[in-house]
Amino acid sequence: MKHVADPLTQKTSMFGTQSQTIAFVVLLAVLIAAPFFTYPLFLMECMCFALFALAFNLLIGYVGLLSFGHALYFGWASYLSAHAAKDWGLPPELAIVVGTATAALCGLIAGALAIRRQGIYFAMITLALAQMMYFVALRAKFTGGEDGIQSVPRGHLFGVFNLGNETGMYVFVLVIFLAGFLLIHRIIHSPFGEVLKAIRENEPRAISLGYKTDRYKLMAFVLSATLAGLAGALKALVVQIASLTDVYWPMSGEVVLMTLVGGLGTVFGPIVGAFAILSMQYKLAWMGQWVLVIQGVIFVVCVLLFRRGIVGEIAHRFKIKL
Amino acid sequence: MTTIFGVPSMALFGQLLIGLINGSFYALLSLGLAVIFGMLNIINFAHGAQYMLGAVAAYLLLNYLGIGYWPALIIAPIVVGAIGIVIERLFLQWLYKLDHLYGLLLTFGLALIIEGVGRNYLGTAGLPYTLPDSLRGGHNLGFMFLPNYRAWVIGVSLVVCFGTWFAIERTRLGAYLRAATENPTLVRAFGINVPRMITLTYGFGVALAAFAGVMAAPIYNVSPNMGSELIIVVFAVVVIGGMGSILGAIFSGFGLGIVEGLTKVFYPEASNTVIFVVMAIVLLVRPAGLFGRRT
Repeated sequence: MKHVADPLTQKTSMFGTQSQTIAFVVLLAVLIAAPFFTYPLFLMECMCFALFALAFNLLIGYVGLLSFGHALYFGWASYLSAHAAKDWGLPPELAIVVGTATAALCGLIAGALAIRRQGIYFAMITLALAQMMYFVALRAKFTGGEDGIQSVPRGHLFGVFNLGNETGMYVFVLVIFLAGFLLIHRIIHSPFGEVLKAIRENEPRAISLGYKTDRYKLMAFVLSATLAGLAGALKALVVQIASLTDVYWPMSGEVVLMTLVGGLGTVFGPIVGAFAILSMQYKLAWMGQWVLVIQGVIFVVCVLLFRRGIVGEIAHRFKIKL
Repeated sequence: MTTIFGVPSMALFGQLLIGLINGSFYALLSLGLAVIFGMLNIINFAHGAQYMLGAVAAYLLLNYLGIGYWPALIIAPIVVGAIGIVIERLFLQWLYKLDHLYGLLLTFGLALIIEGVGRNYLGTAGLPYTLPDSLRGGHNLGFMFLPNYRAWVIGVSLVVCFGTWFAIERTRLGAYLRAATENPTLVRAFGINVPRMITLTYGFGVALAAFAGVMAAPIYNVSPNMGSELIIVVFAVVVIGGMGSILGAIFSGFGLGIVEGLTKVFYPEASNTVIFVVMAIVLLVRPAGLFGRRT
C-alpha cells in the first residue's frame, strides 16, 4: 500500500495521473456500452456494490482502519430508503436522502465509539456494533423481520423521470455511482486526504505535527459510512427489496473481500473487485452453499499470495498509479 | 410462590443459570482468543468455527463410531487442536510480520470455509446430541431446579479457566510463554524454541474452543452456524475485558453471561443486544477496557 507518487515525474491531470484518466475513460465507456451486452439490473447492482466497496476502501486504504461492520450503514440505509419510498410514499431522491442520512448518523455514533480503540480492537468494535444493529433490525416492526421490505416502488425522479423503466434507472444509478466515485477521488487527493494518509503511515507523527487525528479519523469514518449508505439506499430502489441479508455480518465480510480482491488502497480496485465477486456469485449461484467456501478460499489466497489485489498487481507490474 | 422484584424466583434463578452457562462459553472462548492473540498477534476469527468443529466432532463420534460423550471430551479437542496446528503451519506462520489485519482476514476466510463445508454436509438445521445417562436428571434446590448437566458445564468451565490461568501465570512453561509474548527475540536467544511454542499455543487455543464445543453440543443443537453468532458476542466480551489479562477474560465472560441472563428476565427484548450496549458504555467510560492495560 506504500506507493507514494513522485510529484516531479508524474504527469498530473484533472483526475490525478494520466493513467488514472485513461482508466476512468475506459470505465465510463464500459459502463455506457455494457447494458447492450448484459442485464442492466445486474450492472446496476454491481455499481451499487462498487460504490459500497469504494466507501469501505476510503477507510482501509487511506486511513488504515479496518471496519468489519460496514453492513450496518449499507443495510440500514437500504431499510430506511425502502421504508421512505414504500410506506411514506416519498419520491426516490428523498428516499435516498433519508437512507443516506440514517447511515451518516449511525456512522457518527459508531465511529465516535470505535475510534476510541486502535488496530484490531477497532475491527472488533465495528463488527459488534453492526451485529447489535442487526438484532435491532430483526426486532423492529418496520423492517418486516425475516420478510424484509418487498416490492419497493422506484417512483418518478423529481416527479418527472420514470425510474420504472430500466434505461431511466440505469442512467440514474450510473450518474450517482460516478458522482460518488469522483467525490471519493476528490477527498483522497485533497489536503484532508493527505492528512488521512499521514495518519495511516505514522499516527504518532501526525499527532506530533499538531493534527487532531481523532477528529480526522471520525470525519473519514462518517464520510465512509455516508457513502456506504448512499450505495445501500440506491440498492434498495434498484432491486426493490431491503432485507436482513444487507445488515448481517457476511455482508460486511463481502465488502472486505471485494476491496481485497480488487486491491486495497487503489482508486479503481474496489470497482473491479465488486464486479468480479458479484459475477462470480451470479455464475456460481447453482453451487449453493459452496459459494461461501469459495469466498473463504479467495480470502485465504488473497491474504497469502495476492495482497495487492487485481488492480494493485497491474499497477505494480506497469509501474503506474491506478 | 416467592417473587423478587415482581419476578418469580424460579424464573429469575433459571435465567441466572442460563446466564452462567452462556458465560462459561464466553469465558472459555475469550480465554482462547486472548492466549492466541498474546502469542500470535492474530485475532482468531475462526475461533467460532473451531468451536463448531468440536461440537460436530462429538456428534460424528457418537453417531458414526459409537464413541460417547466422555471420550469425545478428550478426543474432539485433540483432533481439532491438531487441525489448528496444521492451519498454523500452513497459513498463519507467514503472517506474523504483516499488519495484524491480515491475520483477521485470513482467519475470517478459514471460518467461511469451515462453516460453508459444514452447511453442505450437515444442513442449516440443528442436529440433536443425546446426553450421557450419567449426567441426566437434576436436583431440586428448593428455590430452583438444577439440571446435573448444567451444573457440570459451569463447574468444568471454572476448573478449565482457572487451570489455564494457573498454567500461564504460575508455572515455568507459562513464564516462558509470557516472556515470549513480551520479547520473542530475547527468549529465542536463551535457547527456547519460540516458533514451536507459537504453534503449540495456537493448537491449545483451538483445542480449548473445541472443548467448549463438545460441552455445548448437548445444550444447543449441533449446527454449522452455532459458532459465527457466538464469536461476535465473544469479540464484544474481549473488547470489554481487554485482552491484556487472563483473569479479565474469565471474569468478563461470566459477568456478561449473568448480565445477559438478568436482561432476559427484566427486559427480554434487549437480551440479544445488552452485551453490545455494555461494550459501548465501557468504551465511553473506560476506553482501555475493564481490565486492559494497553490501548
